[in-house]
Amino acid sequence: MDVGLMQMQRRLAEYTSALFKEGILDSQYVQLQELQDESNPDFVVEVVSLFFTDSEKLLNDLSRDLAQQNVDFKRVDAHVHQLKGSSSSIGAERVKNACIVFRNFCQEKNIPGCLRCLQQIKQEFLLVKSKLETLFKLEQQVVAAGGSIPTSGSLPTVQQPIL
Amino acid sequence: MPKSQFFGVSSLNDEVTALVVDDNKVSQMIHHQLLNVLGIVNHVVGNGKEAVEIHSSGKKFDLVLMDRDMPVMNGIEATKKLRDMGVKSTIAGVSSHSLSEERQEFIEAGLDDYHEKPLTIAKLLSVVSKIKYKA
Repeated sequence: MDVGLMQMQRRLAEYTSALFKEGILDSQYVQLQELQDESNPDFVVEVVSLFFTDSEKLLNDLSRDLAQQNVDFKRVDAHVHQLKGSSSSIGAERVKNACIVFRNFCQEKNIPGCLRCLQQIKQEFLLVKSKLETLFKLEQQVVAAGGSIPTSGSLPTVQQPIL
Repeated sequence: MPKSQFFGVSSLNDEVTALVVDDNKVSQMIHHQLLNVLGIVNHVVGNGKEAVEIHSSGKKFDLVLMDRDMPVMNGIEATKKLRDMGVKSTIAGVSSHSLSEERQEFIEAGLDDYHEKPLTIAKLLSVVSKIKYKA
């Protein structure tokens, strides 16, 4: 195999492995990869793109909801519930976990707690978005060089350097 | 090899039909593809009212994957209406709700099965194994 391609594949494997180790993605992302086949070769990118679009809208809605004089906590909770469902469906673990904490503050009608959680979710969302965009770029580079993309479940174990 | 064969359900090809009822676009897309890879022909609607309407129009499905919280008509009301209409399909609730009382209310509406989101291939295979009525 071409040395350049091997390096790219190794980089991809290391990058993917780190996403799981850091808890940014969980096993549900592997499930998504397993659903991708010849009849739907861009399934993962399409579903993740939809997650980005939907989440951005929900985060804007949440910012607006929490800025109201009288916060409608039922509405806020419904939006967080949606975000929790979407994030767990694509395996965005840290976003999902932040949503769980947010819902607790929502039930307590705790506005400062809700606002802190919203900031946390925004940060986690931007992080997973940026990481997945980089991951997709790395995958495109491997494919362009003639390589194939293994699912995360079948990725070779990447040895951590001994420091 | 088709994925439906890989998952050991090749015998289901073109034999099972399903309706996905969910307002969340990400869930719709994933549930649609999950059913596709198992070789299950499926249709997607965005709320309980649409699920009732599609049944009223005469369409029948072996399996209904029903979300709980949806606009216009939620999954609890839709499940009750479908049962009142005499729909015998296997209805499986698929929701993010983890509290037992929330789950119980949904089950009592007429569900045959319930799974917490995210739905996985293993969970769906378990649901499919419970299909009791062919449309």
